[in-house]
Amino acid sequence: MPEHDVLVIGAGLAGQRAALSAAQAGASVGIISKVHPVRSHSNAAQGGINAALNPEDSWESHAYDTVKGSDYLGDQDAIEIMCREAPEELLHLEHMGVTFHRNDEGLLGTRAFGGASAARTYYVADITGQAILHVLYEQLMKHAEVHRYEEWFTTGLALDETGHCAGAITRDMRDGSMELFAAKSVILATGGNGQCFNPTTNALICTGDGIAQAYRVGAPVMDMEMIQYHPTTLAGNGLLITEGARGEGAHLYNAQGERFMEKYAPNKMELASRDVVSRAEQTEINEGRGFPDGTVALDITVVPRKRIHEALREIVNVGRDFAGVDITKEPIHIKPGNHYIMGGIKTDVDGQTEVPGLYAAGECACVSVHGGNRLGANSLLDTLVFGRRSGAHAAERARSMVLNPPSAALLAEEERQIGDLISREPGQARRVSELKAELGATMDKHCAVFREEAGLKEALETVQRLKEEYEGVAIDDHGSVFNQDLIGAIELGYMLDCAEVTMISAIHRTESRGAHFRTDYPERNDEEWLKHINVTRDAEGKPHISYSPVTITQWQPEERKY
Amino acid sequence: MAEYTLRIRRYEPEKGLPPYWQDYKVDLEGHRSVLDGILQAKDREDGSIGIRCSCQAAICGSCGVRVNGQAKLACNTKLRDALKRADDGAIVVEPMGNMPVLKDLIVNMDAVHWKKVQRVVPWLLPEGPPPEREYVVPKESMIDVTQSMACIHCGACNSDCLSLEVDPLFIGPAALAKAYRFVGDPRDGQTEERLRDLAEDAHGIYDCTHCFSCIEVCPKGVAPMDQIMRLRRKAVHDYGINDQNNGARHEGAFTKIIRKKGTLDERKLLQDSLGPLRPQGGLALLKALPTGLRGFARGKITPKTALLHERLPGIENVQRIYDHAEEHRTELNLYIVGEGGEQDEQEPAMAETPEASATTNGGQP
Repeated sequence: MPEHDVLVIGAGLAGQRAALSAAQAGASVGIISKVHPVRSHSNAAQGGINAALNPEDSWESHAYDTVKGSDYLGDQDAIEIMCREAPEELLHLEHMGVTFHRNDEGLLGTRAFGGASAARTYYVADITGQAILHVLYEQLMKHAEVHRYEEWFTTGLALDETGHCAGAITRDMRDGSMELFAAKSVILATGGNGQCFNPTTNALICTGDGIAQAYRVGAPVMDMEMIQYHPTTLAGNGLLITEGARGEGAHLYNAQGERFMEKYAPNKMELASRDVVSRAEQTEINEGRGFPDGTVALDITVVPRKRIHEALREIVNVGRDFAGVDITKEPIHIKPGNHYIMGGIKTDVDGQTEVPGLYAAGECACVSVHGGNRLGANSLLDTLVFGRRSGAHAAERARSMVLNPPSAALLAEEERQIGDLISREPGQARRVSELKAELGATMDKHCAVFREEAGLKEALETVQRLKEEYEGVAIDDHGSVFNQDLIGAIELGYMLDCAEVTMISAIHRTESRGAHFRTDYPERNDEEWLKHINVTRDAEGKPHISYSPVTITQWQPEERKY
Repeated sequence: MAEYTLRIRRYEPEKGLPPYWQDYKVDLEGHRSVLDGILQAKDREDGSIGIRCSCQAAICGSCGVRVNGQAKLACNTKLRDALKRADDGAIVVEPMGNMPVLKDLIVNMDAVHWKKVQRVVPWLLPEGPPPEREYVVPKESMIDVTQSMACIHCGACNSDCLSLEVDPLFIGPAALAKAYRFVGDPRDGQTEERLRDLAEDAHGIYDCTHCFSCIEVCPKGVAPMDQIMRLRRKAVHDYGINDQNNGARHEGAFTKIIRKKGTLDERKLLQDSLGPLRPQGGLALLKALPTGLRGFARGKITPKTALLHERLPGIENVQRIYDHAEEHRTELNLYIVGEGGEQDEQEPAMAETPEASATTNGGQP
């Protein structure tokens, strides 16, 4: 049984940062990832990372923008911590070797981003997430004392007899062997669950594993109704066009050639926060002013060609390879598309969940710094600041305790269940891929930019029916080596749990706030709803709703205009 | 919708059988990718097909495979383009080369790719403690190394590297491109040590044979061979490293002969590359004697060419090429000049601006 003080699950930015900080604090660390760490979806963060580093800027301004962006659902104590610690974290990355863009003086240069009152987004062309992810992996290669378990899949968390998280049950994907890990603390850093939706900007691996695993062992999940639709994704395949394009000056037009953001956000225009821009686009499309393919146009040609090559090269590639458009010469058709979940496993500012010994950081966690709507370039910051804090806290906790390995019976039971699934004969059940396709289409239809009760309830019924069907699914691959068929089936189970909780929360919140816009309740209602929705799984496995207050430190809710 | 046939090389290690080919018919529009096709086959017909994949947007680097014999990302290879290169109507998909196959299209990247990356000390080694704020470095130097940072480690270059095929110990294009990311980074304090290490390694920068395969197959425009050439130029010109592999001497001899004669005088190349006045050079030359004699026997070398290698007519044009190349010694990367080196019509070409070439040249603040 592999034993570690701190076991990190997931090796994107949050996971790698947590592993490095726990190791630096002297803990023995293992990091498990179902893909090679550099394949993690943090790669896809293009635009940059926010930090109030310039002397003219202030962390208070960054925090206020974040609070306002969150539609006042973000917890202000956590937001203050994130924005205060941002400059130090940014400089730490720079010192480790991230090749951040420089200005003409050779200092760190910035670009503008949505919902921000100052240009405080630091970047590496439009591959910021990739650049940071690869530099963190350089550090993991350097610090060989951090034990890497690459292409190991986690099938569940292991609690000890006192209900503390004491490890995880895993499968080595290369040979199919199952292993029980023992750890004093476990940090979940498994990312989001965008695959519940189709289309989505999220990679195939974003299946909500950690969120569902934590939920299954009794940890509350929070703000799960808060799903971000990014304003600029390609129709059809859902690929992302960075907000950096608008940060560099690109405009949005409807099919009548109107720069429609004038109507919705006269001050910030295209750089209003994402929920506002997505709603504006969807309104234009719904009211018949979009293009026949259900899109509006993003015109990047206003950005000088030289600047496009230097700062938006990946978007040139995406346009050429995936849309057949030369973005330096013509507008590209885009629409709002599923992108990010603000909600997740409820944690405190040190990443602790309500299950002792279990931490969460990054997109799978909900601290909550994003509240109802995340600002662009705050997600990288969230992963790094709270990844580091989780790692440090988990290492500190480990110092004062002895390892209490979980019972081997957990492993035996998991092996039995997986063995059943692998050898199950296909009966009447539909294929995993069919269930997944129906889930994705249902979520995108009813739980997108605009929502209303009837649609949400219909979607919940569909999800619950899919959960029943899921019980009987069979797979084609009966082997041990890289049985991706098996992994796909387990992931679908995670996705269904996440989707169910999202639908329940979305039905429950009868107001409009941030990304959650109810056409049947179009106003924000602070009196009733300035609070988080928490969902816990009860003893019978049924979802149970409770509330927690929003922490307000210095910014009282006010009307939100851009 | 059109129907495409994917011919996938299957290998299931547990069955104890050799690899075999299996055809799958998929129904997709031509602009959809080979990966979309494979995923459709998995979804509808056979979930046991093994392929790593994740982002479907050419950024995660998971789905490197060979399509019709050439390394590609399955996710950014369109079905209709792949069909054009297919021999008998079937798009052939097989695992990448130069790496052991684990299952179907999944190769062991650790055994080759990552091992080689680890070889080049792939982390920044700054001199002394970090500054209070950021390191102050020229803007262009960061843009310059961003081309190497754009590498997604898909393994396509290693798969199709011809040198790696004959010398499995070659550090290879991906790891050397990664090495340039540190050598070109002004914050790194070990530039000379790194260059010396890579030049003196018998399987290092001089093991590249200039075949351009890596440039052709790289899906991200990293141009690994260009990065290798940058490493060589820095090693020889900026640090005067005269390596034990005769790499620097060979390159010097080659360029000198062409400049003078316009075509290659192979007898002189051998002689100058090895350096006959050095004891080990003389010995190497003696060892090379049979090769020379074979050249005579096959008429490749005649007494006339051996003694009097003639100049090419119009040699002054060759010399003009040299003059131009020396004036613009450093290539500017894609992040500066764009795909195909296109320039903004209204703006002067970047390559002409002195500050750009100056800063990408040395990279030192």
